Amino acid sequence: MPNLQGIRRRIRSVKNMRQITKAMKLVSASKLARAQSRITAARPYSVKLREMLSNLASRAGEYQHPLMEVRGDEHYLVVLITSDKGLCGAFNTYLLKTALQFVKDNPNKKIEFLCIGRKARDFVRRRNISIVNEYVGLVSKTINYTEGSKIGEEIIKLFTEEVEGNSRPDKVFILYNEFKSAIQQNQVFNQILPLASLNQGEVDYKLAASATDYIYEQPPADILSRLLPHYVETQIFTALLDSVAAEHGARMSAMDSASKNATEVINKLTLGMNRVRQAAITREIIEVVSGAAAL
Amino acid sequence: MAKLKLEIITPERVLLSQEVTEVQIPTLNGEVGILPGHTSLISQLAVAGILKYKDEGKERIAVVGSGFVEVFADKVTILSSLAEKPEDINIESARRELEAAERTLKSAEKDLDVNVTDALAKVERATVRVQAAQNK
Repeated sequence: MPNLQGIRRRIRSVKNMRQITKAMKLVSASKLARAQSRITAARPYSVKLREMLSNLASRAGEYQHPLMEVRGDEHYLVVLITSDKGLCGAFNTYLLKTALQFVKDNPNKKIEFLCIGRKARDFVRRRNISIVNEYVGLVSKTINYTEGSKIGEEIIKLFTEEVEGNSRPDKVFILYNEFKSAIQQNQVFNQILPLASLNQGEVDYKLAASATDYIYEQPPADILSRLLPHYVETQIFTALLDSVAAEHGARMSAMDSASKNATEVINKLTLGMNRVRQAAITREIIEVVSGAAAL
Repeated sequence: MAKLKLEIITPERVLLSQEVTEVQIPTLNGEVGILPGHTSLISQLAVAGILKYKDEGKERIAVVGSGFVEVFADKVTILSSLAEKPEDINIESARRELEAAERTLKSAEKDLDVNVTDALAKVERATVRVQAAQNK
């Protein structure tokens, strides 16, 4: 039979835990509100940029850009965005699973990772997969556009510049959690480079067709060549914002259910404790009564 | 009187979205004045410049730079990663930035590692910011 004091101690420790998870939930909720407003504020830019891109692409004709260069299919670079901290439920788990599956599915390819977030780095490093660069501590603070676009620039550089004795990645992918709502995250696994030939996929034909005839102050190809790198950078930046918002959402719901579970455990323990206490009292009464009867 | 909808969008937020009667935009090819009913136009913004817009006779300004502009008859959209409102600029720090940028540019004469184009862009941008902060 468990002793009373032991149960009391456990109840106390679970209560402490619940306090912490509750506090974390509240913190995440307020961080989520901020992250959410940032991602919603950032969306118009990428939407507009894409619109302009479609427009231009339909006018630029047969246009080639280093970022659109289709090479072999040997060397992949995966940009993996996770959180720095844990305690956010399955937020990282599924991403990392997908990443690992991707590596397993392509045994003959050279796959490298660019890790953003401590969890991504630790995971990839533990499995001895090569890392081209890592950003730890970035997603924990407020990300401004300059930081986001720097990573974008780095990826563009990796993709376009030839380095002696080292192959360039033929394809670049991005893997992260997209923010859907406070309780829903969507895993996104997209190819970002080379940019799909602009005359398919990326171009929204309806938009392009409805476009008015523009005056171009510079040749369309010129504008396009500036727009494309910018587009890649913006994609990385919004992915970062998305991931941060999703992380706080995931942590909030994880901590919410943790608090609920703690309450449940406390209730069970309290019930058990009362039972033990009652048994002890009953036993004592029996002892007293039988003692009196013996007299 | 016909009006234009002016939108200045940065990667982080929509900086400005309002009805105006006239806009002057610094593009790579020089200043462009836009009135309602303008032909559709796409252009690149200058490295840094001051955008002027008029609303009910009052002229206001904003700093823009290295981005794109799209004009329709009733709408002007500016995409700029460096856009700022003058009231958001701290003139002291803007001045310091300008000095630092000028120093970098000077050092470019001796130091071959310094990228002159970048340094020039920084100086230009800092100059524009100081100007805007003074004129607010």
